[in-house]
Amino acid sequence: MPTLGDYLLLSAILFAIGTAGVFVRRNLITILLSIEIMLNAVNLTFVAFGRALGSADGQIIVFFVMTVAAAEAAVGLAIVIALFRHKESLNPDSFTMLKW
Amino acid sequence: MLLLIPLLPFLGFLVNASFGRRLSKAAAGAVACAAIIGSFLVSAAAVWRLAALEPEARAIVQRVFTWISSGDFTVAFTLRVDPLSAVMILVVTGIGSLIHIYSTAYMHEESDSEFARYFSYLNLFAAFMLVLVLGSNFLVMFVGWEGVGLCSYLLIGFWYQKKSASDAGKKAFIVNRIGDFGFVLGVLLVFVRFGTVDFQDIARTTAALAPETAFGTLSLITLLLFVGATGKSAQIPLFVWLPDAMEGPTPVSALIHAATMVTAGVYMIGRNAALFSHAPLTLTVVAVIGTATALMAGTIGLVQNDIKRVLAYSTVSQLGYMFLAMGVGAYASGIFHLYTHAFFKALLFLGSGAVIHALAGEQDLRRMGGLKDQLPVTYWTFLIGALAIAGVPLLSGFFSKDEILFHTFAGGHTILWIIGLLTSLLTAIYMFRLVFLAFHGERAASAHQAPGTLAPGTHAPGTVAPGTLAPPVHDHVHDAPPAMAWPLIVLAIGSVVAGYVGLPHVLGGSDWFARFLEPSFNGAVIAEASEAAELEGTLMIVSTAVAIGGIGIAVYFFLKHRDAANAVAARFAGLYRLLLQKYYVDEIYDATIVQPIRIVSQEGLWKIVDVRAIDGTVNLVGRVVEGSSQELRRTQTGSVRAYAASLFLGVVLILGYYLWR
Repeated sequence: MPTLGDYLLLSAILFAIGTAGVFVRRNLITILLSIEIMLNAVNLTFVAFGRALGSADGQIIVFFVMTVAAAEAAVGLAIVIALFRHKESLNPDSFTMLKW
Repeated sequence: MLLLIPLLPFLGFLVNASFGRRLSKAAAGAVACAAIIGSFLVSAAAVWRLAALEPEARAIVQRVFTWISSGDFTVAFTLRVDPLSAVMILVVTGIGSLIHIYSTAYMHEESDSEFARYFSYLNLFAAFMLVLVLGSNFLVMFVGWEGVGLCSYLLIGFWYQKKSASDAGKKAFIVNRIGDFGFVLGVLLVFVRFGTVDFQDIARTTAALAPETAFGTLSLITLLLFVGATGKSAQIPLFVWLPDAMEGPTPVSALIHAATMVTAGVYMIGRNAALFSHAPLTLTVVAVIGTATALMAGTIGLVQNDIKRVLAYSTVSQLGYMFLAMGVGAYASGIFHLYTHAFFKALLFLGSGAVIHALAGEQDLRRMGGLKDQLPVTYWTFLIGALAIAGVPLLSGFFSKDEILFHTFAGGHTILWIIGLLTSLLTAIYMFRLVFLAFHGERAASAHQAPGTLAPGTHAPGTVAPGTLAPPVHDHVHDAPPAMAWPLIVLAIGSVVAGYVGLPHVLGGSDWFARFLEPSFNGAVIAEASEAAELEGTLMIVSTAVAIGGIGIAVYFFLKHRDAANAVAARFAGLYRLLLQKYYVDEIYDATIVQPIRIVSQEGLWKIVDVRAIDGTVNLVGRVVEGSSQELRRTQTGSVRAYAASLFLGVVLILGYYLWR
């Protein structure tokens, strides 16, 4: 039976993977996927705490997070498509027009 | 009822200021005259009611509204008539009414809107002066005090298109401000010391104190208040504005010199007699300054050639007398002289106005002469005024001036008395010089002096270069029209009889005026010398002799032997020029005060403090913000990942801080 610590550790690892993905990958879609991983790492934490504390609150919040994540994915992908049409590239480093 | 006294002229001001340009001259003049005469009638009624009260209870108080209420400090806009302010409101509204009536004729050549503007100022002036004398505490008095300062500025600079007139207006205002600054400090100190600004409360508190023997708070308060008085009442060192005030229309000079404004300082000291009498040190200063001013102005008046300037210096000189009286503790005598002076000085100014009017604006005495037959009404009334101010027995000026000199002598101030007597001699000489030069002899072609080519309107000071004289252009010399003649006649009668309310004991009178005023000086240490009647009689003979002697000297030099006057002037050319140039006081002030201030302001405050320090600081702040922004904007790379990295770093730092602190 895994303990709360195990869940949290897994969650932390997932979060770190997501974070690293956001920083190192050069593809906008991969970055979006990494963000999803981070969100799900957080979801896992919520669920784990909810179970450990015997409360439904953690699970309810996860539903909210998943809803928001779905909306975010839709908007994010739409933006990515618009960006791609504009520059023929998915590398975030080529989108630096908003600077001094 | 008391409120009506200042309110009526104020309403007159509002009407003429708002609708004046649409009113005809007759209507504007009628509104203004009705306002001030109405105010006079209300004042007379108030004084009548006052006189019916018991002598000790003689005061009518009207609390109009609570003005300031802050914590336990309350000031009400309260008007109060007691014997002292009763005298003042009668003088202000009475003499003021005559001047208003006179002005309707004198100012008739102005355009309709200017005419209305003039009368609105005149009414406002009277209204503020009435607030000043009716106010029952320092703050209400201060409203009037500042108000008359403003109105004097407006009226002296009435012909504002003339540079010299607008300059004179500014000078009057600025010099008055200097005095007012002292006055404000004095009032603040009064509040700190007494916790109230009400005259009655202050007098009650001070009455219980012993007079200050050394320099203390009371001395400081009274000295500061006296600084204010020197500004308003044109004493050394702040008298310089009054002669320049001659740039205003002549009736304004009469109003400023006789009924309002300059009497404010004397009145203020009289009102605070209790305070001043408990500061003997200040009283000495007041007496000395008053005497010095009287002498100085008298000597200057001796040689001036502008008819109005001579009168201006005589006012300064007479005000010096009033301050002398205040300084020796003879408050009633000072107010008495103020009251008689109002009659004959208004008369003299209005008379000189009639002369100027008749000669189409000519003010230079050297171009006058021989007007006796052409202007009989003006001549005779002017002569009465001159006799009164010179102190000829049985005219009003004699009684009041004599009383001041008597109290000075009886108080042991022998030196001041001698100077006062000398000034009285000078007064007689310069007044009769004026009369003889203007009304006697031959006009303009006079032999005693060959007037140089004087451009009209310039009051050429300094020596007169012999030269050709443009023939006088006074084609139609006409005597005063009725609206000017009647005020002159009324004032002439006043100048003769006004003194009899204060007939001294030695002449069989009862000094009713002084006894009437007595309740107003409650708590003051009053110079008491009524038992020395014999001394008073002797002094009276002396001063009579002095007055007659002065007139005699004037007759000799300016009527019979004008060349002798020139010879004396030539003999003491240096002294003559010194007097003609008014002791160079204006020049000294310019060199020691005005120019240093100008230079410090321009070279120091403007070019260093303002440009470098203030502007520099502001510019520095701007430059720092701009420069740091230049650097900071480099972090705005536009790279989303860089932003995300900094966000992450920030979160890590914050979390790390909370985890490992």
